[in-house]
Amino acid sequence: MKFQKRHIALLVYILFLLLPIYWLFNMSIKTNTEILGSMTLFPDNPTLANYATILTDPAWYSGYINSMIYVAINVVISLTVALPAAYAFSRYNFTGDKHLFFWLLTNRMAPPAVFLLPFFQLYSSVGLFDTHIAVALAHCLFNVPLAVWILEGFMSGIPKEIDETAYIDGYSFPRFFTTIFIPLIRSGIGVTAFFCFMFSWVELLLARTLTSVNAKPIVATMTRTVSASGMDWGVLAAAGVLTIVPGALVIWFVRNYIAKGFAMGRV
Amino acid sequence: MTLTLENITKTMGGVTHIDDVSMTLEPGSFNVLLGRTLAGKTTLMRIMAGLEPPTSGRILVNGTNVTGQRVQKRNIAMVYQQFINYPSMNVYDNIASPLKLQGADKAEIDRRVRETAELMHIEHLLDRLPQELSGGQQQRTAMARAMVKDCTLLLLDEPLVNLDYKLREELREEIPNLLAKRDTIVVYATTEPMEALLLGGKCAVMHEGRVTQFGATTSVFHNPATVETGLIFSDPPINLIAGHIADRTLSLASGHNIALAGHLSGISTGNCTVGVRANHLSVVNPGPHAIAMQGNVELAEITGSETFVHVHFNDASWVIQEEGVHNPRLGETSTFYLDPSRLFVFDADNRLMAAPPVEIANGKAA
Repeated sequence: MKFQKRHIALLVYILFLLLPIYWLFNMSIKTNTEILGSMTLFPDNPTLANYATILTDPAWYSGYINSMIYVAINVVISLTVALPAAYAFSRYNFTGDKHLFFWLLTNRMAPPAVFLLPFFQLYSSVGLFDTHIAVALAHCLFNVPLAVWILEGFMSGIPKEIDETAYIDGYSFPRFFTTIFIPLIRSGIGVTAFFCFMFSWVELLLARTLTSVNAKPIVATMTRTVSASGMDWGVLAAAGVLTIVPGALVIWFVRNYIAKGFAMGRV
Repeated sequence: MTLTLENITKTMGGVTHIDDVSMTLEPGSFNVLLGRTLAGKTTLMRIMAGLEPPTSGRILVNGTNVTGQRVQKRNIAMVYQQFINYPSMNVYDNIASPLKLQGADKAEIDRRVRETAELMHIEHLLDRLPQELSGGQQQRTAMARAMVKDCTLLLLDEPLVNLDYKLREELREEIPNLLAKRDTIVVYATTEPMEALLLGGKCAVMHEGRVTQFGATTSVFHNPATVETGLIFSDPPINLIAGHIADRTLSLASGHNIALAGHLSGISTGNCTVGVRANHLSVVNPGPHAIAMQGNVELAEITGSETFVHVHFNDASWVIQEEGVHNPRLGETSTFYLDPSRLFVFDADNRLMAAPPVEIANGKAA
């Protein structure tokens, strides 16, 4: 391929996008002295000590485990609730279905901070404070409407006649749903799971407020690293890199489906 | 089994889709539902299947009321206009699925799947997925799935519409043979009169949610009970003109007078509507008995062996079907001929009074 002028713009763009990520990675393999010292494009003494700190110190790695637990719970709950709901919205007509469908989305229009106080008060009083399920449930408020919305788009793309043919063949609803329908919207489920994951993984405010010690997420851990000796920049950068990794992995797995999701106009 | 519909009515959102339909379908019969799009054919089939409940009326199977019974409980099969298969299963599993659900044993399933696949000529495609098949093969798979179980009611909702011409002809010939010697009631919906005639059996003509006539297909074709039935069961639609009968003479609104003779001789006097099929008009003079008429040529469609000439006649558009290629000049007045012995006469209430006797082997299709 010949190098053309338009490639310059593309390269500049990619450079611009990747620079912060590179800088983060760069910092993560430097020592604190070097970070605070002169600006270097490449580390003078590359070190993995920062990563070692994170992976051996329970205060750090438990943050990842906590985050993963509540994200997983959230994805599972969101999908289990949204699948039947989306099916109902796509297949049945009932009074006010369109309004209800839209109302679901309005849940996402309010910023999470609005629900902070009620959630905090509610979970404290029922004893759910500082549990994984508390964060997972709180995130459901935002993820379930999104999941219903995305899944409904995929389900409406499946002709209703397939359902009917299955009933005529003798399938009961649960059997039809699990053995025929779910395989048909696999990609939709992948896309939905990805978006639920993404929201839950990066959400900071609710996750931090509803937890203290036992279910403290990684994002909260990262904001609380000011120690007596000042900021531990290197470790913080390494934590940042490790936070990107799960997201990147998930994107890699659903990359083909995402495009389809965008094409359906629902993402 | 015998399927009886009793005063079935279906309204949705204030619109009547099916209007008081009663009919009895005999075991092993082949029934064609003929009607234009939106006539209610699909809705009626869905009600027969139990996919939709009727607003009022009853559905009886062998005299037992099954209205409102779940679809899974009825032993039926349906083939849609779209090619509906389970995309995640291969052809074999698609065909086998109704049998598996009935709990048949493996050897029996295997035997019947292969037997049905062979009938439908898809035995070499059994391990493919539906999306790897052509449209015709997909529809054959869907039909195989419908036929593999011994259902009591088989509903075919315009199954050939989305196929190309050649495949359609091929399958249309096969269908009646495939379904012969079975105890199954077959209901086949179509919009094409020609298809109904080729399939034979019995025919129910539907118009705006009503069954206007139900009887043997050829007899319905030759004796359309109403003007509507005649319009639906002719392609191109039957040509109509108002008329009046008095003094043993039929006077057409165009000013032509026809002495009542032959099949027209016993009809009662009064206002009437006269219908004549396009193939009973001609642009060449068929003989001294024919009546010459004049019309303004609007359009001439040449299909290769036949010409359809559209003429403006007595404020209506008439179609003349003529063998061979004819090139009438557009916009000019042209003479065409009407054979009085081929006229349908409907009374003031649009009911059939006289139909021409059935033509046998005189070259033109009846």
